[in-house]
Amino acid sequence: MTPTSEREHQPLDFPSAALPLLHDAQMRGNVRHATGVIQGKRFRVVGEMPDWQLLREAGRQIRAHSLDYLDFYLEQFEQRCTAAGGHVHWARDAAEANRIVLQLAQNPTGRVIKIKSMTTEETGLNHALEAAGIQPIETDLAELIVQLGHDKPSHIVVPALHKNRHQVRELFVRAMNLPHLGDRPEDLAEAARVYLRQQFLSTPVAISGANFLIAETGGVCIVESEGNGRMCLTLPRKLISVAGIDKIIPRFRDLEVMLQLLPRSATGERMNPYNSVWTGVHPGDGPQEFHVVLLDNRRTEVLRDPEARETLHCIRCGACQNACPVYRQTGGHAYGSVYAGPIGAILTPQLALMKRGQSLPYASTLCGACYEVCPVKINIPEVLIHLRGRVVTGRPRSLRALHPEAIIMRSMQWMFLSETRFRLAQQFGRIAQRPWIRRSGWIERLPSILGGWTRTRDLRPLPPQSFREWFQARPRSAIESASKSPPQVSPESSEVPHG
Amino acid sequence: MAEAREPDVSANDPLSARAETLARIRSANRASISDARTLSAEEAWRKIPRNYRDAGLLTESDRIELFTERLREYGAGVYSSQPAQVAGTIAEILQKRNKQTMLLSSDVDPNWLPQTGARFVSDNELSYAEMEACDGVLTGCTVAIAITGTLGLCHPSPLGRRALTLLPDYHLCVVDSAVILETVPEGIRAIEPHRTQPITLISGPSATADIEMTRIQGVHGPRVLDVVIVA
Repeated sequence: MTPTSEREHQPLDFPSAALPLLHDAQMRGNVRHATGVIQGKRFRVVGEMPDWQLLREAGRQIRAHSLDYLDFYLEQFEQRCTAAGGHVHWARDAAEANRIVLQLAQNPTGRVIKIKSMTTEETGLNHALEAAGIQPIETDLAELIVQLGHDKPSHIVVPALHKNRHQVRELFVRAMNLPHLGDRPEDLAEAARVYLRQQFLSTPVAISGANFLIAETGGVCIVESEGNGRMCLTLPRKLISVAGIDKIIPRFRDLEVMLQLLPRSATGERMNPYNSVWTGVHPGDGPQEFHVVLLDNRRTEVLRDPEARETLHCIRCGACQNACPVYRQTGGHAYGSVYAGPIGAILTPQLALMKRGQSLPYASTLCGACYEVCPVKINIPEVLIHLRGRVVTGRPRSLRALHPEAIIMRSMQWMFLSETRFRLAQQFGRIAQRPWIRRSGWIERLPSILGGWTRTRDLRPLPPQSFREWFQARPRSAIESASKSPPQVSPESSEVPHG
Repeated sequence: MAEAREPDVSANDPLSARAETLARIRSANRASISDARTLSAEEAWRKIPRNYRDAGLLTESDRIELFTERLREYGAGVYSSQPAQVAGTIAEILQKRNKQTMLLSSDVDPNWLPQTGARFVSDNELSYAEMEACDGVLTGCTVAIAITGTLGLCHPSPLGRRALTLLPDYHLCVVDSAVILETVPEGIRAIEPHRTQPITLISGPSATADIEMTRIQGVHGPRVLDVVIVA
């Protein structure tokens, strides 16, 4: 697999990355189908909850509260987890987290089993493990598909939604040496079950992420469907969980909100098949050595921005991706980052200190569908606009003033500030537009920098007469005669002062 | 937005990673929370509005009906039994499913076990291979949630090890109707006393929709789940 760190250093900007993908009919069909199915299921199970909006508000406040008291809760988590026999490690960045995991993951088999984790995807852990001679085995079906195909995840919840059954079969036939494998999803799942069962039973170390860290108990919660998570967190001798510091929730009881919001938003199920909670080490049951790696990796920089810190409320359900009209066209790979879709568009550039992914805040129509479906009410459109501002102000000062967009905006400002200039501009525009009006009556292509607008849209030309001009030129007599007749207004409205 | 990070001198010092992360959190929060934290975490947590539904509204029979319906939607088999007939019901189910050897979790009531038919194996430090060799596992259930069709299992007390309900391919769960609650908040609060134990919430057999969003029942956990509701 391409190392995350390398592929993220020089990503294409969003439009350039999206363009070839838009020609991939297979990928677009798969993405459209998958997002459509999840959206439909989500709509049904959210619709049956009369208190959904109250749950969302509670979820938002729990997440906001957790961040406001993040230092307190992390220390509490550390203390309780340690008291229960776990080991807590802190990592400032991806490299430090990987270093810690590498030291812990050494074992005679040279393998580790993994539960799907966006956080270890973010740190590029698999690449680091491979470089150190340890083979990571992804055990989530979709992650396995991605790993065997040397591919990249394209969705938070269903990372392989861009592959259809025939493509999956091809991969399995080659990797598992099963020439007679069928291509029904059942056959493919059975093949994965057999292939992975031996790994579960013989690999002594597992690596997971975490859906929630429970400060009150020092416990970890993992939400999953297939049972591969339970296998990994139950059977091996050693378990290592890598979690962003933002994953904390205050108390066990807060699960009563989160476990309602997350499954319905993520997969459109009332509850996902398996939720596991464990706290440190449990004698006689499960791994007897347990480590948690708490990862910052610039989350504290997101926390610092009052208008964007709500990005960290995210519980990684992926509902915003399924709802996003841009994501539904391009799929996840166009975002050039681990986190795709609307949440990726706000999280990625912030985690990169606005030095990468600057095109992502623009990869949105600001339609607000993501905000509407977000189970913890992250106002993604507002954060997007805020980050667009940071992209602009982040440009070097000299470049900022000379940027064509800035020049156009300044000229517009100058023009709009005076009525005379505005009228002159309108008259000028009417003349200047003439060569560009097609026979259809539309402007279909504008020159140079303005062409960006017309590349995907036609424009109405300026009309021959503006409203003001019409108003000035209208026949006066009608109005004047009307003002002489008694006013036809009702008693109430006559009390309204005329402006 | 300056990178207040010194060169990598302390990179291998775990204490400083901890100190630095906490310091960064505190400084970030001071900079971006407009009203200073005047309340303790405890007080602030209590102020979070929780006006969502917590108490259930259904009668017991409606609650059981809802639970049954939700389990069936997941593809689980659901049977009902009177307290005195549990052993008979279990015998029928095991015969129908053709299960010869069944593991027992430690919360199984001896009265549930039929005298003839399947052989029952308790977990006397069984190896994983021995567990896998069994046809299935018979368990009770600590708490059940009707609205989501969820079985709440608490380990190791009363249920035993987590591997018991994971390695065999078949799970037969006996649910006393008294532990069936309607809502998720009711269920979580009932499990709360066990909150530092390993907890597994099971909602239907393991499943995946990773290939073309087609729901397939049964990946790694038990592929078949049957539930006997005792009322």
